[in-house]
This record gives sequence, structure tokens and C-alpha cells, in this order.
Amino acid sequence: MADPATRAAASAKPPASRGGPFAWMRTNLFATPFDAALTVLLLAALAWLVPKASGWLFVDAVWGRQPLEACDAVRGQGACWAVVWEKFRFMMFGVYPFDEQWRPALAILVLTGLLVVSAFRAFWNKRLALIWTAGIALTFWLMGGGLGLTPVRAEQWGGLPVTLILAIFGIAFAFPLGVLLALGRRSQLPLVRAFCVVYIEVIRGVPLITVLFMASVMFALFMPEGMRIEQLLRAQIAIILFVAAYLAEAVRGGLQAVPKGQYEAAEALGLPYWKSMGLIVLPQALRISIPPIVNSFISLFKDTSLVVIIGIYDFAYAVKKSVETDFAWKKYFIEAFLFSIVIYWIYCFAMSKYSQKLERDFARGHHR
Amino acid sequence: MLSSERARGIFYQFLLLAAVFGLGWYLVGNTLHNLSTRQIQVGFEFLGREAGFEIAESQIAYAPSDSYFRAFLVGLFNTLHVALLGIVLATVLGTLVGIARLSSNWLMSRLASAYVETMRNIPLLLQLFVWYGLFTELMPPVRQAIELGGGIFVTQRGLYYPWPEPHAAWSAAGWALLAGAALAFAWRGHARRVQERTGRQLPVGLVAAALLAGLPLAAWLALGAPTQLVYPELRGFNFRGGKVLSPEFLALLIGLSTYTAAFVAEIVRAGILAVDKGQTEAAMSLGLTRGQDLRLVTLPQALRVIIPPMTSQYLNLTKNSSLAVAIGYPDLVAVANTTMNQTGQAIEAIAILMAVYLTISLLISLFMNWYNNRVRLVER
Repeated sequence: MADPATRAAASAKPPASRGGPFAWMRTNLFATPFDAALTVLLLAALAWLVPKASGWLFVDAVWGRQPLEACDAVRGQGACWAVVWEKFRFMMFGVYPFDEQWRPALAILVLTGLLVVSAFRAFWNKRLALIWTAGIALTFWLMGGGLGLTPVRAEQWGGLPVTLILAIFGIAFAFPLGVLLALGRRSQLPLVRAFCVVYIEVIRGVPLITVLFMASVMFALFMPEGMRIEQLLRAQIAIILFVAAYLAEAVRGGLQAVPKGQYEAAEALGLPYWKSMGLIVLPQALRISIPPIVNSFISLFKDTSLVVIIGIYDFAYAVKKSVETDFAWKKYFIEAFLFSIVIYWIYCFAMSKYSQKLERDFARGHHR
Repeated sequence: MLSSERARGIFYQFLLLAAVFGLGWYLVGNTLHNLSTRQIQVGFEFLGREAGFEIAESQIAYAPSDSYFRAFLVGLFNTLHVALLGIVLATVLGTLVGIARLSSNWLMSRLASAYVETMRNIPLLLQLFVWYGLFTELMPPVRQAIELGGGIFVTQRGLYYPWPEPHAAWSAAGWALLAGAALAFAWRGHARRVQERTGRQLPVGLVAAALLAGLPLAAWLALGAPTQLVYPELRGFNFRGGKVLSPEFLALLIGLSTYTAAFVAEIVRAGILAVDKGQTEAAMSLGLTRGQDLRLVTLPQALRVIIPPMTSQYLNLTKNSSLAVAIGYPDLVAVANTTMNQTGQAIEAIAILMAVYLTISLLISLFMNWYNNRVRLVER
């Protein structure tokens, strides 16, 4: 603890003559001749770019539900956001039956809610498992129907809910698998260790596309005759198997960061392997690995867009198809893609900021 | 107690082995049964058959009458082509952005962080779609090509640029460049040994530059100094002559390198921040200039932190080049995909894909580990 005088000095405001916008500009923008030149150059570039960009994006753009002619009139000068209004439902829900689209809309809310709830540390206990089970069940009921709702087959699912499902269920099921693989990689048993190392390294060494191809073309050969698995489920399994390898490495980092004394303490207490892991080592390891786990979740969220390549109607594919298949609106594909980019960006940016905050919080926790 | 623990260990391993074998047996059994009912031949004989499909661009000679094996080779070289160039571009751009983020200039650092936060939070696939769309839709058709000067044309079919007419002097210059690099490397080793023995410093940079520039120039001059360039010319419906970078290649290269650069920037920033401030202050008090400090004190220490995560980014970029299949650049995955559709040899094609990517990953890891060992801190 610093003495009161030092603390007062540290919190005192700088002399008034050093404050103010001019002083700020002097230190932050014009500190050296080089800095000044750089600032002028950048300002000039911005002065040229910002009016141009905002003119195209906002001022001269066509907003709201408007006919194609309105867009054609400003083509080249302004963006055509009318394409978003025109194609909104197809982008969001793909080929899901039109009259039932309130269901995937609700599913988006449920799944996003799951993410938000999981972000609060107050919920990091047994309740969270309960909330997730309920959320997953609710999503399946809303999307698939039954029990009072018209059944909708998985082939007709599409759009943003599919992206959210692939990412959220991907992480939910890959997580336990990843923990097992991480434990296996650090196991004393040579065969178990070898199996885990080979699995993790092979999966991490190949692109996700090849795993998706495998799921899409080879799964049918693996299964007994007559047994067919939905394309969406196959992609989901591939994503789970893929992400588990990355999560395993994130968890392994956490396991390695737990001090050896903790392992030895657990052993000294006479706890058997699973108890010592479950009660002493894993809780500490997982806490350390939460930021890298959130980061793998962000890359998974982006990577789900690769299912486009095996023709699954996720959000990216729905957006692509919505403009590709309509010759009249096709020329406004950039606006459509920008819209989807904004949606992806909002989810990823929120999670990325959250992960950075967690990292800072945990770093603080270490320096008591 | 020990014996029972060991016995349990052996039992668990036996259980895992049985499970893996059981699952493998079941899957292989199903697969063999399915293959025989669908009358699909297993094996790699198809690689020798005629491929019969066009490949839009290629680093080596290829015609549809060539074998599937050659088609795979074309795909592999295309993958390596875009990945290597992408790695170089991403490293340069990422390092610049990473340093810019640390700039004391507020505007510069804000712009750099905006770049990083935008690029890394958008799926690469969408970025590729947008780049590809920009090239094919917004660039002018061939007849209204934009001339950038010097015989370079931009059209929706790609970027056309002049290229030297084939001549023995050019290939000789290429070989001379290789020889110059080898000699420069040898000279550096010699200079180091001389310095260790006598303390005398021999000029390294100057000699290397002379070798690298002088030898090719000499070879080129000796064989007649040809200056004839082939300019792209509009003939009929397309440009003839010169070389072209296709929109698929450009979109993939730009997309991959700008996306990866955002991650590289963060790694570089973290690496530089990890070097203690006292080190720079020590360098200053020794009278080193800012440049010398960066080159001799800060960078060597930052590299130790930077190299391992950088390796994963290089691997990611190489693996991400497989997204080429989505915009029609004929990389390895695209060739494998066509092959699968034509021959039905899915198992073999995917096996080749996985084996090739695993080999590439392994080679990059090996090289980067070797480099990492060279720059790591040697402690007593």
C-alpha cells in the first residue's frame, strides 16, 4: 500500500496549463516533425475517403423498401440498401417455410440469449447447464416442430439460426470431448496419450473443408446400408470433431498452467484420478483457459460459414443465394454481403471484446 | 496399491484399444460393403487415367489429356503459389499494422486498431466473396480496360502485365541470382568466423547486395542484354501476350493476406510490448541510434515471442487457402473436388488432400522450429 501522500500525488490532476485539447494534440498528433507529417497525410487521406464512403454508404444510398428502379437511378453514387429489405427474410431464414418464420426468428433470440446469459459470471454454476439444456431443447422444438407445431425437416432450415446452431451446439458438444482429449494428452498411459496426440495433430493439420468434405461424401460410406444422416447433422458432427481438437489445446494450456503442487496435493489427499481432476485440477485449468476457449468460439463462429462449400443453408449461403438467384437484384451483391458482414461482425466483435475483458479480469485476479 | 493402479492403467488402455479397433472394424466393414454394392473400385489407379477437365491457371504445363496425378500436381503448385505469396504479403502488412498500432501518433494507432478489429471479426469466406465480386463485377469489361501505364491493364478478367520475351539471358540471370544468394550466405559465414578469430569486421551487407544484384546483371549483360518485352494486346475478345493475374487469384491472395495480417499485427504488437522498456533505454544510453536499437536489441528479443504464434498463422493461411474452391481458383481442394465428382473416388481424393496438408503443416512447423531454435535465448 502506498502512503497517503503518494496516492494523493498520483490522483492529482496535472497543472491546468498542460491540459486541454491543444496540449493533447501536441503530444498525440504533432510530437515530432515526422509525427506531424504523418498526421497531416492521414488527415488528408481521411478527408478524401470519409465523404466519399459516407456518401455512398448513407447520404446517396437508397433506404427502405423501394423498387429496383430507385436503386438503378443512383447506381454508382449510392448504395442500394433496398436489397436488404427485399431479401431480408430469405437472408435470415433461407428456405424455411414462409408462414412459420416466426419460429426461427424466436430461435435466433433464444440462441443469442444463451450466449448473453453465459457471459455473466453470476451464472457460472450448475444453473448454466440447466439453462443450456432448456435452450437447446427449446431451439429444437421451435426449429423442428412437433408437439403442436408443424414439423419442418432439417433440410428446410436455413439462414442465421443454422449458423448459430452450428456454432453454439458445436462448442457445447466439442467442449467435453476437448477436455477428455486434453486430459488424455497429458495422461500417464502411453496408448491413451498416443491416440490423443495423433487425433489432435491430424485434425489441426488439415483444413476444416477437408473434414466437411469427409462428412459430406464419406459418412454415407461409413454407415450401414439404408441408414441416412441429414446433411446438417453430418456437418454438425464434422464441426464438433474439428473444434474438439482446438479446444483440447486450449484446455491443455490451462492444465499446464496449474502449479504442480496442486496435482501433488490432490494425490497426497489420496483422491483417485477422476476425483482429483474433477475437483481440484480442472476447475483451475478451465478458469485459465476460458479466454482461449472464447477465442476458439469466435473462430468457430466465423468458420461455420465454410459449410457453404458443401451446400448447407447457413447465413452466408442464404445471403449469397438471395442475390445470386435473382438476376434483377444481382448487381447489388456488395450491399447484401455488407449486411451479412455487419451481422457477423456484431457477434464476433462483442465476443472478442468480452474475451479481452475476461483476460484483463483474470490477470487482475492473479496479482492480488 | 501400485500394482492395482498399473493393472487399472493397462485395463483402460486395453479398453480404448478395443473401442478404437471395434469402431474401425465396424466402419471399414460398412465401407467395404457399401463400396462393393455400389461397385466402386478402391485404389489409386485412377491417378494414372486421363483427367479430361480444364484447369484455368497452372504453374506447370497441363492439358486435359494429362493424368489425374498431374492435375493434382497443378492444384498443389497453385496452392503453394498463393500460400507462399500470401505469407510474404501478410507478414509485411501485418508487421506494418502491428507497429502502427504502437505508434505514439493517436490517429495512426486508432486506424490500425480499426483495421485489426474489422478484419478479424468477419469470416474470411465473406471477405473472399466481396473481393471476388469487386474484381469481376466492378472492373471494366475487356474492351474498356483501364490502362495503368507501362502496358498494365485492369479488366474484369484480371490484371494483364508485360513480361520479358523468353531469352537465354533471363534464365541465366535467374540462376545467377541463386548462385549470388549462395555466395552471399557463404561470405556471411566467412565474415563471422573472421570476426570471431580476429575481431575484424568485414562488410557483409554491401558484399551481399553486390553479389545479389551484380551477378544476375552480369549474366544478363554477358548474354546480350535483351530488353524485348511482350506487351498484352487486345486481340479479338481478349488480351494476348504478356502475363495475367486472374481475378480468382487476386481475390484469394488479397483476401488471405489482409485477413491474416490482422492476426500477424496482434502478434507483432504483443512481441514488441513483451520486450522490457529498460532494454531500449539501455540501448539509448549506449549511444545506439533508434534504428540500431530496433535491429540489434528490440527485434531479436521480440522475435522469440513472435515466432511460435506466427508459425500457427502461416499454417492457418496455408490451410485457409483451401477456401479457393469457393471462388473458383483451382487449388488442390478444387482439383480434388472435381476429381471426386468425376470418378467417385472420394476416399482416395480426401486421403490425398489430408496427406498433402499434413505434410505441408509438418514442413512449415519444422522450418519455423529450426528458425525458432536459432533465435531463442541461449542461457548458461
